[in-house]
Amino acid sequence: MKLPDLTELALRNLRESVLRNSLTTIGISVGVASLVAMLSLGTGLQQLFSQRLAKSGLFDTVFVSSRRDLRGMGREEERKGPTPGESRVLDEPARQEIERLPNVKEAYPDIRFVTELRYDDKPHLTMISALPLSAKSNDAFDGMQGGFFSSDTAAEAILQKSFAEELLGKIPPLGAPEPNVAELAKPLLGKELTMRYAQRQAAPAPQPPLRASEATSADDSIAGAAYSVVSREQKLRIVGISDLDPETMRGPTRAKVFLPLRLAESLHVMQPTDLREISRAATDQPVYASISVRIKNPAQVQVVEEAIKKMGFNTFSILDASNSLRQVFRVLYAFLGIFGSLALAVASIGIVNTLVMAILERRREIGIMKAIGASDGDVKKLFFAEAGAMGILGGIVGVFLGWAIGQVINFGTNIWLKSQSLPPEHFWAVPLWLVGFSIGFAFLVSLVSGLYPAARAAKLDPVQALRYE
Amino acid sequence: MTTAPVISAARGTIAIRSENLCRHYRMGETLIRAVDGVSLEVRAGEFVALLGSSGSGKSSVLNLIAGLDRPTSGSVIVQDRDLAKLSREELAKYRLHVVGMVFQSFNLIASMTLAENVELPLRFAEVDRSKRVSLAREALERVGLRARMDHRPSELSGGEQQRAALARALINRPQLLLADEPTGNLDSHTGTEIMDMVREFNEQLGMTVVMVTHERALAERYAQRMIFLADGKLIDDRANVPTATTAGVPGGRA
Ligand SMILES: Nc1ncnc2c1ncn2[C@@H]1O[C@H](COP(=O)(O)OP(=O)(O)O)[C@@H](O)[C@H]1O
Ligand SMILES: [Mg+2]
Repeated sequence: MKLPDLTELALRNLRESVLRNSLTTIGISVGVASLVAMLSLGTGLQQLFSQRLAKSGLFDTVFVSSRRDLRGMGREEERKGPTPGESRVLDEPARQEIERLPNVKEAYPDIRFVTELRYDDKPHLTMISALPLSAKSNDAFDGMQGGFFSSDTAAEAILQKSFAEELLGKIPPLGAPEPNVAELAKPLLGKELTMRYAQRQAAPAPQPPLRASEATSADDSIAGAAYSVVSREQKLRIVGISDLDPETMRGPTRAKVFLPLRLAESLHVMQPTDLREISRAATDQPVYASISVRIKNPAQVQVVEEAIKKMGFNTFSILDASNSLRQVFRVLYAFLGIFGSLALAVASIGIVNTLVMAILERRREIGIMKAIGASDGDVKKLFFAEAGAMGILGGIVGVFLGWAIGQVINFGTNIWLKSQSLPPEHFWAVPLWLVGFSIGFAFLVSLVSGLYPAARAAKLDPVQALRYE
Repeated sequence: MTTAPVISAARGTIAIRSENLCRHYRMGETLIRAVDGVSLEVRAGEFVALLGSSGSGKSSVLNLIAGLDRPTSGSVIVQDRDLAKLSREELAKYRLHVVGMVFQSFNLIASMTLAENVELPLRFAEVDRSKRVSLAREALERVGLRARMDHRPSELSGGEQQRAALARALINRPQLLLADEPTGNLDSHTGTEIMDMVREFNEQLGMTVVMVTHERALAERYAQRMIFLADGKLIDDRANVPTATTAGVPGGRA
């Protein structure tokens, strides 16, 4: 029999027992819907994560630290390379050298220190970090109140929401709803903070710079230490309150207050590393605890990392983390897929049941068709066509259903996000491949379910089938 | 009528030959010999009646000739095809193209209109849709049911249903018409109407007809030969001069 005839006969047979076949088809739809729902949730979450990570700048950033820094990442290679004392110092020339590497967009020092900020004559101790102007595109500043720094040297500060709460004495108790950023921003924007900090100052050097001796030994240079620490004050104007936390990845060392990079540099704030690199103070050449290197193209991260390692520094990029993240998503995907398919598997039992019932009911009809010339193959194909039609119909309805469920959940969640004054998210995606895959999968499952009933119908003995009324 | 006569087997040659044909059923311990060593010959264009009491094996013989069943032993040869040696696929082709069947209980598919029922064999033969429609219309016209082509079988009388079944049996222009008690469910007037049609196919289209019946009178009126079965065995095979003539019977085609 030809395909159009098969389809026509199959659809007419499905219409003959509409209720039973609709129920079976709905069963398939629910199975497909659950598969679509699961996989589109997976896809959506992955997209959301990737976008977040890409926008956060973490994907195109390499963190560089000196091997002298014993608090380094504790990697194997540190033991293989030169001893910490002998390895290179992460100073301004090193930064410039890194910035000149191919594919590097910029390399800026991570300036980060704990100090006291006075607001309203009350002191607040907090972690401060410096940001380059390019950080403006960071996703974390999306929902920001106010604006970004007016220039790289402006005496301005951006506060993280939780610090703003602290300044206003509005820290919500655990579990209570967070106050709105806009409300927090109103009394704070444009106000002045006073930062008290310790400035590292080179004392007038009695000897020529100690560079040569330092390179061989860090210990003997303490004797030649010559610098002073001066207490200073700096006024800062609050220009922005960021809703999200730009430094979630840093955990407990994340900063709550941000300054423009050049301003922070010019302040020569005493940093923890200075204690070990004490002698460097004499040269007035800044030494950095770490440097963030922005790469032009995330694909080049590895190459740049290698080049920097060759210079004798430790590197770390989120790429390693993202690789394992991708692994996690693959597992999540398989898991969601298996979960979604389970409902479809149950639905396929429904198909088998419906078709076996149909054989019993249409025993005589099958006998008639064989008597007037239908081959085993014709009968088999007819049952396959019925199974396939239920599969495709169920698949189409199911994809729509799954999509609708996703839309409703997305909509609902975004209403909630909005009530929390968070930006809307799209964590539910039904890509075209998923539509095709789901319908195809439903079709395949239904055909497999049709295998047994179709074979049974084809084997039916026409003489027996026609004997019984 | 535009339906062309079937000119495949020349009249008089052997169309059906069975030799020592057996069909046994095993029911637990007992062996049922439904057909037990039947040897017969039917010439092309002949109108033969298979007679016998209920359970004598008439339907079993007919089903073996129709290729719906396979012999336990012996052979059935229809127009040089040894049916026992055909594959299931080849048997289906044989039923589709060589045999037309009608049954006592009409056996139309209830969910299809008359036109759809009649064209169903053409679907299995993969005939184009447009051609199917015109062939079905033509066949229904031949049995006088063209006006009812869009009705379902349940909306028709028994006689009309059997006429539709005849149209369906005719649609692939088979050389063989096998009828299993075609008038068994009909009153005598309607039965006569159907029998006249069968005879018309036999005479005008040259179809070989084998008709199962347990009514000897009916066989005497239409058949050229009568074969008697009892307990699965052939007990008599005699020629007959049909008493009903083409012109002489009232009713004819409606
Ligand atoms: N499938 C079967 N299983 C067992 N016995 C059968 C089967 N088909 C037919 N028979 C037996 O074979 C014999 C002949 O049956 P059948 O050919 O239908 O007779 P008829 O058509 O002459 O009335 C009967 O006794 C019937 O019970
Ligand atoms: Mg019978």
